[in-house]
Amino acid sequence: MSSAKVEEKLFQNRYRVDAGRPHIGIKNPEICASSCTTQHCTVCCPAGCYTLEGNGRVVLITDGCLECGTCRIICEEHRNVAWEYPRGGYGILFKFG
Amino acid sequence: MAHKFDAIVVGAGPAGNAAAYTLAAGGCKVLQIERGEYPGSKNVQGAILYSDALERIIPDFRDDAPLERHIIEQRLWVLDDESFVGSHYRSDNFNKPPHNRYTIIRAQFDKWFSQRVQQAGALLICETTVSDLILDRGRVIGVQTDRLGGSVYADVVILADGVNSMLARKAGFRPELRPAEVALAVKEIHFLPQEVLESRFNVSGDAGVVIEMMGKITKGMMGTGFLYTNKESLTIGVGCVLSDFKKQKCSPNQLLEEMKAHPAIAPLLEGGEMKEYAAHLIPEGGYNAIPKIHGDGWLVAGDAGMFVNSVHREGSNLAMTSGRIAAETVLALAAAGKPYTARNLARYREQLDASFVMKDLKKYRNMPEVLHRNPQFFTTYPELINSAAHTMLRVDGVDKKTKEKEIRSSFTARRSLFGLVGDAYKMWRAFE
Repeated sequence: MSSAKVEEKLFQNRYRVDAGRPHIGIKNPEICASSCTTQHCTVCCPAGCYTLEGNGRVVLITDGCLECGTCRIICEEHRNVAWEYPRGGYGILFKFG
Repeated sequence: MAHKFDAIVVGAGPAGNAAAYTLAAGGCKVLQIERGEYPGSKNVQGAILYSDALERIIPDFRDDAPLERHIIEQRLWVLDDESFVGSHYRSDNFNKPPHNRYTIIRAQFDKWFSQRVQQAGALLICETTVSDLILDRGRVIGVQTDRLGGSVYADVVILADGVNSMLARKAGFRPELRPAEVALAVKEIHFLPQEVLESRFNVSGDAGVVIEMMGKITKGMMGTGFLYTNKESLTIGVGCVLSDFKKQKCSPNQLLEEMKAHPAIAPLLEGGEMKEYAAHLIPEGGYNAIPKIHGDGWLVAGDAGMFVNSVHREGSNLAMTSGRIAAETVLALAAAGKPYTARNLARYREQLDASFVMKDLKKYRNMPEVLHRNPQFFTTYPELINSAAHTMLRVDGVDKKTKEKEIRSSFTARRSLFGLVGDAYKMWRAFE
């Protein structure tokens, strides 16, 4: 229920996507797949940007990112999230905030 | 564009705008850099504006600031799954101008504040992300932006770049935030016809209501929910400490969905049209989590400095106040012809210590720890209180004395007598 719902919600938001230049990246995907047992990012990201694939890998798509910082901070055991703000003018553009 | 300024302010939220306004009004040549398309486009808040902090910067703000409703009624609800026990405080005194606090919509409010900042003489550039501080032998001398040829220099830089405080962290001035030091809040805005909203919340004119909620809605996590009335819309949200989201493997979106479906909340939202979903971190680590806030050539203001009083749900007023005091510190040193060394800028910390900002944070310094260690305040007590109310109010032929006994034994069964006394003591100590 929740993942479908969050996509519908993000549809209401305004974004300017920096195509081909995601501002957040997974440093080493192997760590998510093998060393990380909890994969909290796939649950706690409020925009559902992180999804768990059947083979245990974590896939990140930053298009719906709300730029909160949650994923970087909860990945405290592995510090495997390379996190920057989008380039100036890109990313979420809150109409109300 | 000249590449050397007296001061650079990073960010155009409440702290950055307060700082840039105060600097510009004081005759300082100031550059303000904002990464959003316009000021406010990256900013998220509940949002309640407390008049006092803004009044000290822009006394006539009420003339043209986009304010939604002044608050005349505060409700506090303690919820279990089916019910809530609540208190309401409503006073016609709050209807008398000048009003004490307002609901605002940040995208509009920040744009307005920024216009005032620019009228005061600050130069604002938007759509520009500051990627790093430029240091020379440990001293901040400017900022690196993502624009072409993007180095800009200044005698002092005020970092009002928000809760994530990327710049101070990258420069090694502070450690990474810990999940226990921040709350993750998610919220939505729902639009309703004004007359429906006003009759539903029993208000008229520009008056409004706020509801703060705690209890089962946060599923045992340390946090609160809120519902605020704007002119033609409602803001509903919930925030919990991030370490609890992590521990409980809880989806924030799911949490908000379940809260919206609560039988006491759903009817208030009925018929509304959801137009935006937002998430934001709130620095709730309190006094003990405040990082270093000044150094050679730099100052930190607002959320980046952890200036949030989570007990009283205050943040933007602390942000504005810290931004103003940071700017006043700079102006005072400039007037005295003194350099912006860490030693001289320590005056900022002293002034903050003497203000309500640090005094309030200090008063509640143990609160985050007490609540972290005692989740019963968010689970057991809301259930007990609701079931006590249910027992007393349900007319079923059982006499009241027996009911009282039943309630007493439900409390001691769940928390024991020592537990109850201990909890009361912990709360008293934390609030003292």
